[in-house]
Amino acid sequence: MDLTTTYLGLSLKNPIVPSASPLSRELDTVKKLEDAGASAIVMYSLFEEQLQFEAAELTHFLEHGADSYAEATSYFPEPAQFHMGPDEYLEHIRKLKSAVDIPVIASLNGVSTGGWIDHAKKMQDAGADAIELNVYYIATDPKLASADVEKVYVDVLKAVKNAVTIPVAIKLSPYFTSMVNTANKLVDAGADGLVLFNRFYQPDIDIDNLEVAPNLVLSTPNEMRLPLRWIAILYGKVKADIAATTGIYSAEDVIKSLMAGANVTCMCSALLRHGVGRVTEVLNDVRTWMEEHEYESVKQMQGSMSQKSCPEPAAFERANYMKVLQSYV
Amino acid sequence: MSRKMVTIDGNQAAAFTAHKTNEVCAIYPITPSSNMGEWADEWSAQGKRNIWGTIPEVVEMQSEGGASGAVHGALQTGALTTTFTASQGLLLMIPNMFKIAGELTSTVFHVSARTVATHALSIFGDHSDVMACRSTGWGMLASGSVQEVMDFALIAQAATLEARVPFVHFFDGFRISHEVMKVEELTDDDMRAMIDDDLVRAHRARALSPDHPVIRGTAQNPDVFFQARERVNPYYDACPEIIQKYMDKFASIAGRQYKLFDYVGDPEAEDVIVMMGSGAEVAHEAVEYMNERGAKVGLVKVRLYRPFSIKHLMQALPASVKRIAVLDRTKEPGATGEPLYLDIVSAIDEAMSEGMAPFANRPVVIGGRYGLSSKEYTPAMVKGVFDNLAKDKPKTHFTVGINEDVTHTSIDYDPNYITEGEDVVRGMFYGLGSDGTVGANKNSIKIIGEDTSNYAQGYFVYDSKKAGSVTVSHLRFGPKAIRSSYLLTSANFIGCHQFVFLEKYDMLSSAVDGAVFLLNSPYGADEVWDKIPRKVQEQIISKKLRFYVIDAYKVARETGMGARINTIMQTCFFAISGVLPREEAIQSIKDAIKKTYGMKGDQIVQMNYNAVDQSVSNMHEVNYPSEATSTIEIPPAVSPKAPQFVQEVTGEIIAGRGDQIPTSKFPADGTFITGTTKWEKRNIALEIPVWDPEVCIQCAKCSMVCPHAAIRFNIYDSKCLETAPATFKSADARGKEFEGLKCTIQVAPEDCTGCGACVHICPAKNKQEPKLKAINMAPQIPLREPEKENYDFFLNLPEYDRSKLKINTIKGSQLLTPLFEYSGACAGCGETPYVLLLTQLFGDRAVIANATGCSSIYGGNLPTTPYTVNRDGRGPAWSNSLFEDNAEFGMGYRLTFDKFKVMAHELLDKLAGQIGDNLVAGLKNADQSTEAGIQEQRNRVVELKKKLEGMDSSEAKHLLSIADYLVQKSVWILGGDGWAYDIGYGGLDHVLASGRNVNVLVLDTEVYSNTGGQMSKSTPLGAVAKFAYGGKPIAKKDMGMIAMSYGNIYVAKVAMGANDLQCLRAFLEAEAYDGPSLILAYSHCIAHGINMRTANDTQKQAVESGHWPLYRYNPALAAEGKNPLLLDSKDPKISYQDFAYAQTRFKMLTKSKPEESKRLIALGQEEVSSRWNLYRQIAAMKYDLVE
Repeated sequence: MDLTTTYLGLSLKNPIVPSASPLSRELDTVKKLEDAGASAIVMYSLFEEQLQFEAAELTHFLEHGADSYAEATSYFPEPAQFHMGPDEYLEHIRKLKSAVDIPVIASLNGVSTGGWIDHAKKMQDAGADAIELNVYYIATDPKLASADVEKVYVDVLKAVKNAVTIPVAIKLSPYFTSMVNTANKLVDAGADGLVLFNRFYQPDIDIDNLEVAPNLVLSTPNEMRLPLRWIAILYGKVKADIAATTGIYSAEDVIKSLMAGANVTCMCSALLRHGVGRVTEVLNDVRTWMEEHEYESVKQMQGSMSQKSCPEPAAFERANYMKVLQSYV
Repeated sequence: MSRKMVTIDGNQAAAFTAHKTNEVCAIYPITPSSNMGEWADEWSAQGKRNIWGTIPEVVEMQSEGGASGAVHGALQTGALTTTFTASQGLLLMIPNMFKIAGELTSTVFHVSARTVATHALSIFGDHSDVMACRSTGWGMLASGSVQEVMDFALIAQAATLEARVPFVHFFDGFRISHEVMKVEELTDDDMRAMIDDDLVRAHRARALSPDHPVIRGTAQNPDVFFQARERVNPYYDACPEIIQKYMDKFASIAGRQYKLFDYVGDPEAEDVIVMMGSGAEVAHEAVEYMNERGAKVGLVKVRLYRPFSIKHLMQALPASVKRIAVLDRTKEPGATGEPLYLDIVSAIDEAMSEGMAPFANRPVVIGGRYGLSSKEYTPAMVKGVFDNLAKDKPKTHFTVGINEDVTHTSIDYDPNYITEGEDVVRGMFYGLGSDGTVGANKNSIKIIGEDTSNYAQGYFVYDSKKAGSVTVSHLRFGPKAIRSSYLLTSANFIGCHQFVFLEKYDMLSSAVDGAVFLLNSPYGADEVWDKIPRKVQEQIISKKLRFYVIDAYKVARETGMGARINTIMQTCFFAISGVLPREEAIQSIKDAIKKTYGMKGDQIVQMNYNAVDQSVSNMHEVNYPSEATSTIEIPPAVSPKAPQFVQEVTGEIIAGRGDQIPTSKFPADGTFITGTTKWEKRNIALEIPVWDPEVCIQCAKCSMVCPHAAIRFNIYDSKCLETAPATFKSADARGKEFEGLKCTIQVAPEDCTGCGACVHICPAKNKQEPKLKAINMAPQIPLREPEKENYDFFLNLPEYDRSKLKINTIKGSQLLTPLFEYSGACAGCGETPYVLLLTQLFGDRAVIANATGCSSIYGGNLPTTPYTVNRDGRGPAWSNSLFEDNAEFGMGYRLTFDKFKVMAHELLDKLAGQIGDNLVAGLKNADQSTEAGIQEQRNRVVELKKKLEGMDSSEAKHLLSIADYLVQKSVWILGGDGWAYDIGYGGLDHVLASGRNVNVLVLDTEVYSNTGGQMSKSTPLGAVAKFAYGGKPIAKKDMGMIAMSYGNIYVAKVAMGANDLQCLRAFLEAEAYDGPSLILAYSHCIAHGINMRTANDTQKQAVESGHWPLYRYNPALAAEGKNPLLLDSKDPKISYQDFAYAQTRFKMLTKSKPEESKRLIALGQEEVSSRWNLYRQIAAMKYDLVE
């Protein structure tokens, strides 16, 4: 049975890739993921704001109070060297690359085209096999038109593509007015892959303390419906690989995503909830299902249920909505 | 050989040579020497090696006594060892210094000479500390400039190995230790050439070793001690020649020739000054200037003060000398003269009788004092000394530089006598500590010193406050070496970095005609003129100043620099001062930025570059009219309502005219009135809290956490509002006991520092707009006048009757009047809310012993002091003894009070017949456990006094003098962790073990805060501090557990920001406990690298992580068969890492040594968990089973 797939020009032994999460922070965990069967790893994100914030914060607090009072011209010793910026992240790429055999996909998270784009090149130099670009952009400015938002994505992508030679996937928000059009613009701008979707952290409200509570809620399996639809629609309409992410918990979820047209399926919440061994379980279940249903390869099913190939293309559109509503009563 | 020119201060210069030429260094921080040890530690941590290729071992001890002991031990076992200290620190080393010299041990101590505390503490420079060491048998070598510091450190080190006389190498604290100068850096080869390795090996060969054992440090009896003591004489006899030999050797290596006594001036001078230290450089400048104008004057600079060489002095003095003025930078009251004077007198007499003198007739020798506590010493004063000397009957034992109008010792001088050359560019910069002015100027000096052939000098003056502190930078640049070790009195560039300073400081009085004046102004070139005071306009016009403005804060905001205007103002300075070609200067600034911020990230560098680029284009020259038109007058420093002393003394100090206050205005014994901060309206807050009575739940937490007592709470009768100002706010008081009354929370608009701690702690939110609370910050300026009026009205509202209050509630406690207000502590200080609470609860009967440190500085540093009195005139009495003896000092208070109470009881018994048995019984058996009980006892004492006043017996008079002690006094011993955990621990332990009724409050910042962030034994595991460069590897000492082990000490660990009620209860229980009490109070600090506005969250994290478990250990419970330990915090719910990495002190290690940080934090977690486990088990023990 052939579970191999390709993604961003990388040959992967199967379609299960743990997505960007704290799991990749520990070397041991990544080794365990590899042992469990993961075919590649997307590293935790290097955040543009975090880098800027850390540098500004450190500078501020080390200087704060200095040269203000005769007895204490400073409050901290000055180390010979600070490892600021992406140093720690890059070092981690190097460590991962020497510790595991599976491809390592670095993740870059930001919205501007400033100096931080250079980090992409540094990631490549550190050994990253590809870059997942996460343009986490919440458009709150009423003056911004949808085209402006799309331009942000395109500009950042172009800047990164100009900086590196390794493949670049872009993680998208589901909130584009015309997803297929936007996806194609991004592919034209050089995207080698589309990752669907970015699940923005959704803040909660603490009604007792009247506070916004930005806590993370792990995804649930039914959330995969959203990417599933768009993968199915996009498949064949864009010349780029597709990664499914959000709500992939089981072999069925993996198979559905592949059938919709994904090259790989990214798991995160399932692993955080059930442990890294979940990869093995899902892989085994995929194998069993394929055996039972006499599939020989993953490629055989990829895109088979996309809008292009499925028996009822309209089901992914408005007609589907009507049908669902009717079935509810 | 070409050597590197470096721009450094005296401390760095001393540390540089010392670190290169020693193997072990044991230190303890003390201003102004701390930086030397810090440099040594930093260099060793960075792996920098000495000239023999090894990294010196640097260790911080628990006190200077400890440091000198460790030094003694290291020397005895053969290591080349040094230390750095000053003032009381040096005094603590004296016992070991006697030993070290008695054992003929080679070493050099580097001392940034500082005033020894007498009527007051002073951190500034004079020679009172080194002069206290004269009898120790140490050699003393005085440096007068930063270059000399580097050179003499080496000469002393080389010579001591041969002479075997240990050396104090000293230089003036601050004036040299902190003066930044361009100097030539010695090379390793220079040092190797100076130091004879055979002598190093000989030093080691004398070491204690079991391989060739000897015994040293014997005890000797009258039969032998004396003659054995005299055995050292040949070493002292030979020592001066050895020093001169090494000075000559140094000259052959480095090209700078020094002599034991260097003479400067006319070879046929008749009038000569003899002095040492930085003042000699000033005199040098003045003498040269006077010589050029024909005066036959000269100067002897004393380099080697001990062993004193009469021969070399005589060689230095010109034969023509007729009159000598000897200047001492110290005072020895009661002596026939100051030390150097006496030495010169006896040296001349001895030289004349021995036929060694170059002159036939004995010159007149007079002595004088100058420069105590870094008092300015200028060429004008030098001229004044010569003028006095030239008189027929010169004044001796004179003072210069002050107006001593009590015993009339001071001599006159013309302050306008200026000796500086026209080729010296002189700039003065007025800034705030927080705006980075000093840092930028240090940078400018480096740029000019290291990128041009100019010489450069920088000296920085700070005020006494930690919040909103004002800095004045004095910079000189010129083609010739600079000897001007004094503040600028005339400048051709004045930079005013804060617009509001124009109304506070007369900065343009120093501007020369045609000088450049650069003002950071929110007003542009077209509108600024009418916004500046009339006096400033007049100065600009009359001096024809070139006047420039820039809105630096706007540029800073727009370039992401926040409030740091340093780079912007620095760029403007270079752009208009012409010190360097503009483009070259800008490139140099950018290079310096890269050097400073490069490792903190490119973004910070780019941000600064951007600020540089935006600066010049935003700076504009102001075209001003020929007449002053402003209606703005400079207001008086203090209100005309202030008492006379405050008007005449305090106000003058605040106005920056302290130097002009005559001696007669000061108390003779260092005693000052309290309650003076209220007269110093500093207006430093940009924003102040505004109360919203609609939203407020009247919890009073804002008042409790305010570090400056600048937001207050009162409940009062509604009738009081009849005369309220129009904008005065009130609400119906909440709570049953306050029914029908009104409540107000009022800000002190001019005293608030704008830290925002009150807003952050406020739990009440506006339901319609939850980003608003019951108090919200708003710009101060529009609120200032109405809120001033409101605050005055508020302060005159009746106080709530304290005997009727539930003071064990937050609300009740906050209705008590604060007797500690508007201190100079940092904005958001974590210590002062505890002090404030103490004064609210017990201030009217408290006597405070305060260890030296932050709390003694904000508690007792002039000009104004925050401890104050209530409407009855009662309030805390406060004193500071030393750093190391505070517990003992406070126990002394208790001994007095206990004794006076016993004496009063004895006298009551004796006089019972006249006083009346009932009153006597009432006075003796009074229950003073409540506020009401105390009030009743006070009433009895009033009655007693009335009776006693009518009695004439000696016993009645005695009783009258101690009657007040029948009212219970509350003894509080305050200090930081540096005192409690380290230097004062031995004494504190003893006092706690004494069983006496004292209350110890440890304001635990977990680091030496006042001296700039050195590690203490309280510093937590994994935190970075000075001397814990790689993160503290050891867990903090568990002081509470140690104290609990005695069983009879009340111990509490509190964190107001985490649990205010527990904190309040602990204070009340500690004070009520009739025995020793110890409160360990978590105090956040700017040395933690946190946002001070939200710092109470850090306290919560400290508690929730288990790092700071809250508990109360009350021995009174054990007596009732209950477990005395009550844990007030719950099981840890966040990790040690979550607590730690929210603070720069921990987080920075993740950026310098990430793996080590991880390891230490994991260890910290283990430690916290196991300690919590231990506490939990102890708290769960059943005490009723204990037989």
